[in-house]
Amino acid sequence: MTPGQHAGWTAWLPALLAMLVHATVYLVAVRRAGREGGEPAARTRRWSPWRTASWLSGCVLLGLALSPLVPPGDVGHMVRHLLLGMFAPLGLIMAAPMTLLLRVAPRSLARRLTRLLRTRVVHVISHPVTAALISVGGLYAVTLTPLYAAGLANPALHHLVDHLYLASGCLFTWAVAGPDPAPHRPGVPTRAAVLIGAAAAHGWLAKHLYATVPGFQEAAQVMYYGGDVAELLLAVGLFAAWYRRVGRRRPVPAPA
Amino acid sequence: MTAGAEPRRATRQETARTRQETTRQETTRQETAGAPQETARGPLRGSVLSALLIGIGVMAAVDELVFHRLLGWHHFYDRATPRVGLLSDGLLRAAELVAVVGGCFWLADLRRRAALVARAAWGGFLAGAGALQVFDGVVDRRVLRVHQLRSGVDPLPYDLAWNLAGLALLACGIALAVRAGGRPAATRAPDGGPRTTERLP
Repeated sequence: MTPGQHAGWTAWLPALLAMLVHATVYLVAVRRAGREGGEPAARTRRWSPWRTASWLSGCVLLGLALSPLVPPGDVGHMVRHLLLGMFAPLGLIMAAPMTLLLRVAPRSLARRLTRLLRTRVVHVISHPVTAALISVGGLYAVTLTPLYAAGLANPALHHLVDHLYLASGCLFTWAVAGPDPAPHRPGVPTRAAVLIGAAAAHGWLAKHLYATVPGFQEAAQVMYYGGDVAELLLAVGLFAAWYRRVGRRRPVPAPA
Repeated sequence: MTAGAEPRRATRQETARTRQETTRQETTRQETAGAPQETARGPLRGSVLSALLIGIGVMAAVDELVFHRLLGWHHFYDRATPRVGLLSDGLLRAAELVAVVGGCFWLADLRRRAALVARAAWGGFLAGAGALQVFDGVVDRRVLRVHQLRSGVDPLPYDLAWNLAGLALLACGIALAVRAGGRPAATRAPDGGPRTTERLP
């Protein structure tokens, strides 16, 4: 705990609760996926421990964002934006929660879910361009309007903004690099282009805030460099998935 | 319980198939967008282009580390910079990051299937680094007037040195790539690379 935080353990309650609930639900599902599995094929394909680790790291980042370690004010807002909107979603989405859910859910629920995934609304929303517009647009809407100052003062609004960051961040991560099923997902070039566009818009906003909002310099730099790291990780996720997919499709030639 | 897994696998295969078809149609636009390609023809071109992307990214990282961090010549935000310059700068930076990651995985894929021509890749790497340097020196500093190499001094000698160094790198890279194309190496594709490399720059 940083010096000057004397709020006691109750301040940690939301963070611990969020971490515990998310981690428990996932771990229970992983246990079920490993134990059941009607077909032998499903049983042999064990749930990857990497995915579990990814989910747990996402939970830790989520808890970190909600913990009293995050300083108040502008820098704190940007740290929370980065953690909730970019880094926690990376951990959570790379853990393929939807695939896990489809595997352990009862047949009827799984069928309904896949039907939902095929609807036009989901197609439109899960398109990388839409997801980027929602995610980056939400950030612009929060930081460039009076909503920002209101969010710093009003706790309810503050929580709403936090949820907006997390939800839109997960949507964007899923659309660009998520291992979960996404029907009609465009190819790697489109997704890479969208990633570039979104990252550029993010960086531009950071510099714009740096220049126009007094006292925002430190927060803007946190936002700028944090955004770069998140973009790098997302790009790794996107291309690593391509690399694996291509390798699976093509037999490795014997060394000449 | 694989009730949901079946349709999921089906959709994934479906998308994979359509993607394969689009890559077979072979558009050059996809290549310039930094997309890893999976074609059997032109391992030479793949070697050059993947390394070119890495060269661009590495040069950008050197620029960031040396001139921002070590020398402190650039500033995070320079009030003289026009907004358009800021936007182009942000786009370039975002593209560089994606380019270096995409280039690395593309190169790794070429290596995995023993299709990497090392000499051509080195040529591509140097050419990419030099091209970025020249672009930075000419378009960014001269035309858009963003991030001057060193603020508060006469930029001309700095720009000259910068651009000449970039041109030298670019020339070395192209020469290497062309020589790799002309060389009857065992790893080269039967339908030959010289034509493709000459078209490159």
